[in-house]
Amino acid sequence: MAANVERLEPQGTRRAARYREFRLMLQAFRRDPLAVISLVLIALSILGALLAPLLTPYGGQGRGDPNLLEKFRPPSRAHPLGTDYLGRDVLARVLYGGRSSLSIGFLVVLVAVAVGIPLGAIAGYYGGWLDSVLMRITDMFLAFPPLLLAIAIAAALGPSFTNAMIAIAFTWWPWYTRLVRAQTLSLREQYFVEAARSIGVSDASIIVRHILPNVLTPVLVQATMDIGSAILIGTAISYLGLGIRPPTADWGEMVSTGRIYFIERPWFAGSAGAAIFLVTLAFNLLGDAVRDVVDPRTRRAVK
Amino acid sequence: MPRWEYILRRLAMAVLVLVSVSIITFFIARVIPSDPAAAWVGSHPTVDQIAKAREQLGLGRPLHEQYLRYMGAIFRGDLGTSVRSHQPVSTDLRTFLPATMELVLASTVMAVVIGLPLGVLSGARKGSWLDHLTRLFSIAGVSMPTFWLGLLLQLFFFKQLGLLPLGGRVSMEISLYHRVQQITGFYLIDTAVTGNWVAFKDALVHILLPAFTLATYAIGLTIRMTRSRMIEVLNERYILAARVAGIPERSVLFVLALKNAIIPAVTVLGLSFVYSLTGAILVEMIFSWPGLGTYVTNAVLSIDFPIIVSVTLVVTVFYVFVNLFLDLVQALLDPRVSL
Repeated sequence: MAANVERLEPQGTRRAARYREFRLMLQAFRRDPLAVISLVLIALSILGALLAPLLTPYGGQGRGDPNLLEKFRPPSRAHPLGTDYLGRDVLARVLYGGRSSLSIGFLVVLVAVAVGIPLGAIAGYYGGWLDSVLMRITDMFLAFPPLLLAIAIAAALGPSFTNAMIAIAFTWWPWYTRLVRAQTLSLREQYFVEAARSIGVSDASIIVRHILPNVLTPVLVQATMDIGSAILIGTAISYLGLGIRPPTADWGEMVSTGRIYFIERPWFAGSAGAAIFLVTLAFNLLGDAVRDVVDPRTRRAVK
Repeated sequence: MPRWEYILRRLAMAVLVLVSVSIITFFIARVIPSDPAAAWVGSHPTVDQIAKAREQLGLGRPLHEQYLRYMGAIFRGDLGTSVRSHQPVSTDLRTFLPATMELVLASTVMAVVIGLPLGVLSGARKGSWLDHLTRLFSIAGVSMPTFWLGLLLQLFFFKQLGLLPLGGRVSMEISLYHRVQQITGFYLIDTAVTGNWVAFKDALVHILLPAFTLATYAIGLTIRMTRSRMIEVLNERYILAARVAGIPERSVLFVLALKNAIIPAVTVLGLSFVYSLTGAILVEMIFSWPGLGTYVTNAVLSIDFPIIVSVTLVVTVFYVFVNLFLDLVQALLDPRVSL
């Protein structure tokens, strides 16, 4: 039965249409200078974090080894961003710090999406008591100021990278659950879903084959827009001392330890803060651009 | 649906939300930690202390009994005791809350006073240089780590210009020679009421930097929301009609259009308040502002768990009430809300 249904769909033309759509998006994207700049900035920061051992001769210091003989050196040829209160090369710390600060942003959004898609699809598709229960649970979590809830959960779990990630993801999944649910609710009433149901396609297969592909675009747009905020809140948690443990580098932790020296020696807290700002800004600009490009109405306006 | 019915439903929902908030904080306090009793008494407890705490919190009992015990304590006003200072958390809260509230209100006022007109203008002159500049500012505002911005502002206004103080609520000399008489705990109000203008000026100068630091995110948000709303409203036909009728552009923008754009501005006001409130946790420490934020940050550093959980509960309850209040105001302003 299911095989027959597949044959009825004009696969070839649909794929061609999708491809054309994708090319249009790419064109609109390339025409937006801010989007391209932010993409380059993001690529550079990811490469910097990945290739840190090759880019700096101070790998050990980037990972945390102190070097007390060279404390508080201002920026120079040997140390382009100076050294911190333990004499470690700040450039190396910023590069290595990207590893935890960037990955926490990605992981939080990934976990939130992974939890939000199935829960939202189930709530929206089945409705009824299941929907009510799931929505009341999201209400519970949305009633909290996100940062505060993350702090409390992270404090209860104990400070570590994984726990900080879990704590922030706890505040984030309800948004995706609601987004996917809202999309599913309107898709459920569409003719193609009704057609599939009328010829006896199972619920699971309708959700996976017909609902999810259509939900994915808005979820991806939201996810791109959220990574910046996730990085921001991740560094805030590690700034408070609830993230990855020192001596491992992290941008939030670097601002926090450099804070008391800042007025006289601004370079090390300053560099880490600038890294957070630039990366978050790039992700926010990228998110805006992706949103504009995906929506055909604004895409035309971009031209 | 009549308006009073909407209001009743909204009130019932708030009660439900409050109950669920208490359930989650209960789980955070008593279920998630690997040893809740040890977390409740501090980092180096004696065996006796843990046993006593376990007894007192009823940890061996079924969860629902533990929850009732937890709620009972809260309703008696017992929010736990700091493991460091051994002070009741409720007493500490009373000391620190006014400072934070004053800061948060100042920042909300700034966010609205700066963000709203900028949003209106940039929405009205879409595509102009002012619009581009404003949008850049607003996206930078929501991308800025507030704790870093605070430091930068200190560097600029304190070290470079020498204009504004580094931190605190008032200077040392003021607290010695022009003592602020505590009435409401809001220094700006207390000094104005008692006519202590020297202290008023000093308190005002002290609040500017931290309030602005807190406000940046909210300003960015306010601009973005007002701008998009303004663009929507300006496309409506009654605006076209007003322009055709020759009503001056200034009145069209700030009277006719803003009137409909202002309703969501209530939401903006609420969001600004809320962002400032949580932002205060990150910013107060930088400016040595003696409020809830500094209190929580210190509690996090010394793993003072009762403080963290209780502040989370109190601030969230507050947050729920603010949201309730805003929804009700909105329902009164805009009859469409209750439909």
